[in-house]
Amino acid sequence: MDVLKIATAGSVDDGKSTLIGRLLYDTKSLTDDKLEAIAQNSKKKGYDYLDFSLATDGLVAEREQGITIDVAHIYFSTAKRSYIIADTPGHVEYTRNMVTGASTSQVAIVLIDARKGVIEQTKRHFFINNLLRIKDVIVAVNKMDLVDFDESNFTKIKLDMLSLQENAVYKDQKITFIPISALNGDNVVEKSENMLWYQGTSLLDHLENTSIEDVKDVTQTRFQVQTVIRPKKAEYHDFRGYAGKIKGGDFSVGDEIIVLPGNTSSTIKEIHFFDQTFEKAVNGTSVTLTLVDDIDVSRGDVIVKANELPRSEKNLTATVCWMDKTPLQAGKKYKVQHGVHKVVSKITAIKTLIQPEELGTKHDVAEALKMNDIGEITFKVNKELHFDNYAENKENGAFIFIDPQTNTTAGVGFIG
Amino acid sequence: MMKVLENNALESESIYIFREVVAQFEKPVLLFSGGKDSITLVRLAQKAFFPAKIPFPLLHVDTGHNFPETIAFRDKLVEELGLDLIVRYVQDNIDAGKVKEESGRYASRNMLQTETLLDAIEEFGFDACIGGARRDEEKARAKERIFSVRDDFGQWDEKNQRPEVFDMLNGDIELGQNVRVFPISNWTELDVWSYIQKEGIEIPSIYFAHKRDVFERDGLIWSAHDEYVFREKDEVITQKIVRFRTVGDMSCTAAVESNAFTIDNVVKEIRESSISERGARIDDKRSEAAMEKRKQQGYF
Repeated sequence: MDVLKIATAGSVDDGKSTLIGRLLYDTKSLTDDKLEAIAQNSKKKGYDYLDFSLATDGLVAEREQGITIDVAHIYFSTAKRSYIIADTPGHVEYTRNMVTGASTSQVAIVLIDARKGVIEQTKRHFFINNLLRIKDVIVAVNKMDLVDFDESNFTKIKLDMLSLQENAVYKDQKITFIPISALNGDNVVEKSENMLWYQGTSLLDHLENTSIEDVKDVTQTRFQVQTVIRPKKAEYHDFRGYAGKIKGGDFSVGDEIIVLPGNTSSTIKEIHFFDQTFEKAVNGTSVTLTLVDDIDVSRGDVIVKANELPRSEKNLTATVCWMDKTPLQAGKKYKVQHGVHKVVSKITAIKTLIQPEELGTKHDVAEALKMNDIGEITFKVNKELHFDNYAENKENGAFIFIDPQTNTTAGVGFIG
Repeated sequence: MMKVLENNALESESIYIFREVVAQFEKPVLLFSGGKDSITLVRLAQKAFFPAKIPFPLLHVDTGHNFPETIAFRDKLVEELGLDLIVRYVQDNIDAGKVKEESGRYASRNMLQTETLLDAIEEFGFDACIGGARRDEEKARAKERIFSVRDDFGQWDEKNQRPEVFDMLNGDIELGQNVRVFPISNWTELDVWSYIQKEGIEIPSIYFAHKRDVFERDGLIWSAHDEYVFREKDEVITQKIVRFRTVGDMSCTAAVESNAFTIDNVVKEIRESSISERGARIDDKRSEAAMEKRKQQGYF
């Protein structure tokens, strides 16, 4: 069964958690004991309806304040497939969590309150999903019950959003608009009787009909070596296997490859997975490769097909979303982790500060990037990175900055 | 026909995580309870490093209130796979007066495990503890990172967690800190059972239906074992055909009535169940925030 990963984004009180609770409830994914707990706690809070956000707001502070602080992962499945939802907070100060959630997702749901329309937060969410190049975005216009299920509210929001898309960098993004009421379940799982003017599918139907092929990235094959496997057993005396995850494409025995750095050529001898060998391994598999030639390969080195070389450079340009309390400053040194490969970097310049609310069109000169700022920077690294532009290969075009003092993940960057 | 390795996304992700642990840490350890999740971890670790053997030991924090079947199973597994097993006992901390045993109806040693675990981490200098927690189990766990940093006291700072973007795992820590690693974070209970079925993984017999002396309290079925589990005089012992869906120690794990004698029956039962796995965990019933509180204190 395949897995579809979804990120949700919305402002405070847009009803995101309620929507997720509704999806769980209507797909019968909430078990009796969880439902009972929700019913009890809703009653304790004096609500006369089931507050589904209680199913997802897992921290005490979240339930106290009635808001989502941190990304939560929620799991449900239908007869067709499994779903993982990254429920991300709507507060502006938690934008870093939205980027986090979106980075692991194939589909995004952006919630808009039908009464409020497109607000600054919506633009920020739209921009981030565009920056991260999420292929399939669903704009769920929620609380339609509070505007008498009126089509004109929905149409206005749709036109506003489409005008945002005109200025977007990533133009091929597919956007689908669905009017819903998460609280009452209109157009969430079942099509609503209250909005006969709406011709499209329900939210769940849209998800069920999204094929993984449509949202998956298929590019050139990239294989970063995570660890070298040397069994030190008599029967595997000379075994030297390179363990890693195949990304972007596939590998077959006999493929001519190049190891970077060093540009050393060799050929794939065997593909091991547990106690078996395979002639071919597809995109996404975690395997152990052996090579025909005895060459020097270690953690962080990259194996690619001979005719599919990535870029190898020391001076890079990237768009960065900053996630740490200590701002990013020009001249500062950070560790860079590109996939599993760690190098040392120095920020050479902050070129621009991008205003997501203006959809990235307004560029200011910036001294520093503060937490939740997005900007373009240049930096240099002590050893070449073997990368692709983020636009061409997401996984090989993204990296993180690690603060050398605190070791925390301070920012995420998109090369190109 | 060409022999092609197709992708099992969850399995591939877990293997990737195991390899990152070994590459990024000096002294990892796998926290092994003898339950289905930690048994699944052992299989995934085997796959990650084959043909080399699993390059870290297992640590069992023994509450002394175990199901005997689990201990027998543990010892057999360790022997067969040639693994290193470390056992540390909650009883030792009780005897030394470092922790106080709970008393009364709901007395359990579940909370006391934390202290023993933290002691073991310090004793051996473990910098990464691999555990079988899953995000679908419980809503505080749904907020947990795959690499989750703990301070010198083993505490979880839930409001200040490192962002985890794409699949990049940042294992950089300061001396004294350690990381809890959850390779099957994204698996559901059904995913685990389906995997056990597909791979033909052996699990302790208490996961399958069997006859057991039990008594009922608060709508849950408790093991009747007066040495470990407190029982009121009016709580009558009966015999029932039951199995366990989750295995903690005897005082914190309730049984469910079941006729699932085989793995195929178990998978079918889970698929059709309307009660969640932790619905039978007595330790979670203490309060809505029970798990979060335990995690802040260093519980795994």
